[in-house]
Formats: sequence, C-alpha cells, structure tokens
Amino acid sequence: MRVISCRKISPGRAEGLALFSPAPISFFGTIDPTTSEVIEKSHPLYGQRIADKILIYPTGRGSTVGSYILYGLSKRGLAPRAIIMKEAEPIVAVGAIMSDIPLVDRPESFDFKSGLHIIVDADRGKIIIP
Amino acid sequence: MYLTNEQEAILKGEEGWAKKKCLEIIVGLGEMYGADRLIPVASTQISGVSYKTLGEYGLQWVESLAPAKAVVPSTLNPAGMDLCCWLEMGVPEDFAEKQMRVIRAYEQLGVITLCSCTPYLAGFAPRFGEHVAWSESSAVCFVNSFLGARTNREGGPSALASAITGLTANFGLHLDENRKPTAVVKLSAKLGGLSDYSALGYLLGKMMQQTIPYLRGLPSLSVDEAKALSAAAAASGNLALFHAEGFTPESRAYVGEVGERFHVDDRDLKRVYEELSTIRSGKIDLVAIGCPHASLVELEAAAALLKGKKISPTTKLWFFTSLPVKVLAERLGFVDVIEGAGGKVFTDCCMIVAPLEQMGFTAMAVNSAKAAVYAPTASKIDVVFTTFEKCVDIALEGRLV
Repeated sequence: MRVISCRKISPGRAEGLALFSPAPISFFGTIDPTTSEVIEKSHPLYGQRIADKILIYPTGRGSTVGSYILYGLSKRGLAPRAIIMKEAEPIVAVGAIMSDIPLVDRPESFDFKSGLHIIVDADRGKIIIP
Repeated sequence: MYLTNEQEAILKGEEGWAKKKCLEIIVGLGEMYGADRLIPVASTQISGVSYKTLGEYGLQWVESLAPAKAVVPSTLNPAGMDLCCWLEMGVPEDFAEKQMRVIRAYEQLGVITLCSCTPYLAGFAPRFGEHVAWSESSAVCFVNSFLGARTNREGGPSALASAITGLTANFGLHLDENRKPTAVVKLSAKLGGLSDYSALGYLLGKMMQQTIPYLRGLPSLSVDEAKALSAAAAASGNLALFHAEGFTPESRAYVGEVGERFHVDDRDLKRVYEELSTIRSGKIDLVAIGCPHASLVELEAAAALLKGKKISPTTKLWFFTSLPVKVLAERLGFVDVIEGAGGKVFTDCCMIVAPLEQMGFTAMAVNSAKAAVYAPTASKIDVVFTTFEKCVDIALEGRLV
C-alpha cells in the first residue's frame, strides 16, 4: 500500500479507477458536457470518458465557464469521482466544491497511471493506493 | 487557515446547505492561495448573468441556492439583453425567456438586479481601503486603481458565494504587499479621446504579465478615462490594479522607481487601432458604444454630435448604459436627441454578452478595445476599433469612412 500526502481543496472521500492525463485539461473545450468524453483531438485522453473515474492531471487552463461545466457534468451523473491535480486553479476548485467532488493537489509524488485503484481522502489530505 | 467558531458552524451545515457550499468555495480558494483568515466584504458584484455565458447549469446552480439571501449589497453584471426593450433589440424569444429566469433566480437571492459593469457610476462605489468581492474584470481594475478599494478578480460563483456569506479570503490584492507597483511605464504618447485610453489599456494589459504598472506622464485621468483604460487592460492581460502618478490614490505611497521600465509612444497607440480591426472597408451594420457602460458625460457628447442628424438606414447605432444613467439621460433630453437621429439607448446589457450572432449582425464598429478583443470570438463578428467621433461618422454613412 502507498499513502501519498496532498493538500485538500474540495472536501470528501472517493474511491475508483484512475484516469491519468499528462496534459492539462480545460473543462470548457476539452470535455463534451453531455457525455464526459474528451473531444479535443490533440489531447492524450481523446475519446475517453472522465465519468466515474479518479481524474488525475497536472493543471487546468481556459475559460471560467469551466466551473459550471463541471457542475453540469455532476448534475448529469457524469462527473469524475474525485480529482487529483499537481497544482489546482480556481476554476476547477470552485467547480469541484459546487459539485461535491473531492479535489486534492500538490501530491508528494505525481507518479500515477491509468487503471490504478485509488482512494482519495481529501479531508485527511491523503491519496491511498491499496 | 484560521476560522471562527461561527464559520466552523456554517461549514458543518448549521446555517443551511447553501451557506455551507458558499463558504466551502471561499475557504477552498483561500486555502489554495494561502490566506490566513476570512475577512468581511462590504459589497459584491456578480458576473455570470447573460444566459449566453452562464448556460443552463450555471442557472441551475444560482437557482439551487435559494432560499439563502445576500447579506451585503450585491449587484449584477450585464445580462444578454435590455430587460425591458429586448424585442426592439431583436433578441430571440427563447433566449429572453431563459434570461428572465436568470434574473429572477438572482432576485430570489436578494441580489439587486442592477445589471451593469459600472455599478460605481450608479450608486455602488466602494470607498478607499474597503474590502469587496467584485467579478467584472473592468470594474475590478477600476475600483482597485481609481478608488483604492480592494478586490481580487472574482469568478461569478465566488462573488456570489461572498454575497451569501459576506466574506472573502484574505489573500492577493486584499494585502498591502501585493499592491505595490512592480514596473514603471513612461508615456510620451498624446492621449485624445476615450478610445486612446482604451488603446493604452490594451497595451498595458499585453505588456504586463503578473505586473502592477506605475504610469508616469498621463495627461489626465477622468472617471471615464480610467473606466476605458481599466476595461481594456483587464481584457487583454488580466490587469487588476495600476497606479497613475498624480491621479490614483495609492500612487502617492510609491514615489521611488521600481522594477522594469516600459515606454509607450504615439506609434504604439496607433498600432493598436490597426491590430484590433479585423476589416478595413465595407458596410458596418452595428455601431456600439458603451463598453464599459456609457456614462452620462458620454451620452451628452453623443447627443451633441447627433443633434439634427440622421444615421444611415442600413446601420444601427446602439448605446449601452445602466438603468440609473439612462433615466438621467432621459430627463436631460439626451435620449430624445439620440433616438431622434435614429440611435437607441439600451440598458442592462452590452454588445459582448448579447447574442449578436443570433441577431444577424456581421460587422460592428466600437470605440472600446475590450469590445474589439472579445467580439470576434464571443460573437463571431467582424470589428472595427476607432474613435468615438469616427464611430458616429460610420453610423451616419453606414460604412467605413
């Protein structure tokens, strides 16, 4: 078992399979809000869905509408279960809090890959890989 | 971050779900930026009002917060249409219906439905040193710089969260140490009308990345000039604070020379007009003045230029302002003169957040660099950035002159 310390941004605890993106994600533009699919052709996760995953990516970028897109995904039941970022930014932070999605950033190590079984315990500032 | 017992209780949900969520937003942002505590705000100004930018889920979020109420005076950014004369604007009915839902949702939250990017011209001006949570980027830059109030550039949801909680996190521009100038900009350019201040703002925004400029050599800085400069600087480069020697209240504290030096001359300004115009000739179907919302002084100047004239039947000349300013302009006869010449004065909205692309416009002339920056992407429309006087000429001729 690995336990990685991190910083809590949005409270909560969630468990699921990792979807790891080495590239930044902008919820406005990168993600289809009706399906949760990554629709930006040049993106490494192109064609994959972020719904129900532990979404891991380095940083956010792009428009402030992003907070509402993440909220919209959650209302449709298509949000990720939790988000891990290298460095959070206000757009995704606010969107995650609005949507009750646990969000942590600044993990001690950023050594993840897709398919890993991960527990995000934002309240305790821990990422657990059982 | 230090939280009071009362704030902890709100986070536990003791004052309801909405207040809990709103405080979570404020605390989350505060943790991210290393704030030591929360501080009370005296007012908020909330963006995310036009249905075009807010969208269905944004609207649902605002609706979900009822029955919580704003606890400090809170006003709104422009909506996507004049809330009274939207039919005259040619706004589609289904858009109007959704827009009114947005307005009602904010009303339910006790927000004052003044929809304006210049609430400081309509009775909502923060005082020097006051902490506020405003989100319209041009107003943020104006109240920080010209009035010496203190606000970060809030997003719509965080400004709304401050309205409901009366709090913001103590970081960024709320702190003395982050308000010091970090670069000197020396001006040798001659500044004429408001569009020159707008062009200067555009340049400042582009030159300054994470920098607070100290302007030297400004010939004047009226309220309208500061408004034009702030809007363009915030649009081209996220500028939230500038100091201008001899004009802005905090400039007195910083007399020494600091950091990098920049220089702006006449040629630099002229280039902005060329850079921001996407067409050089042809028909213009909309001339739009009022980004940010026009002041009484601007409407008076427009009336003076338009007296006894008629604009081209193929062009619309639209002014955008706040409701209180329009009421005064009506009383003083400016609106009659403008409408007599074939123009219109709309309130509550602007050319950027209105659904222009659904209203059949293809080319627009503006005297605002901010409008010129946003229009091609926000509304997929060609744009000409020029002086106020030339904008009026274009409206009279119906084409670029």
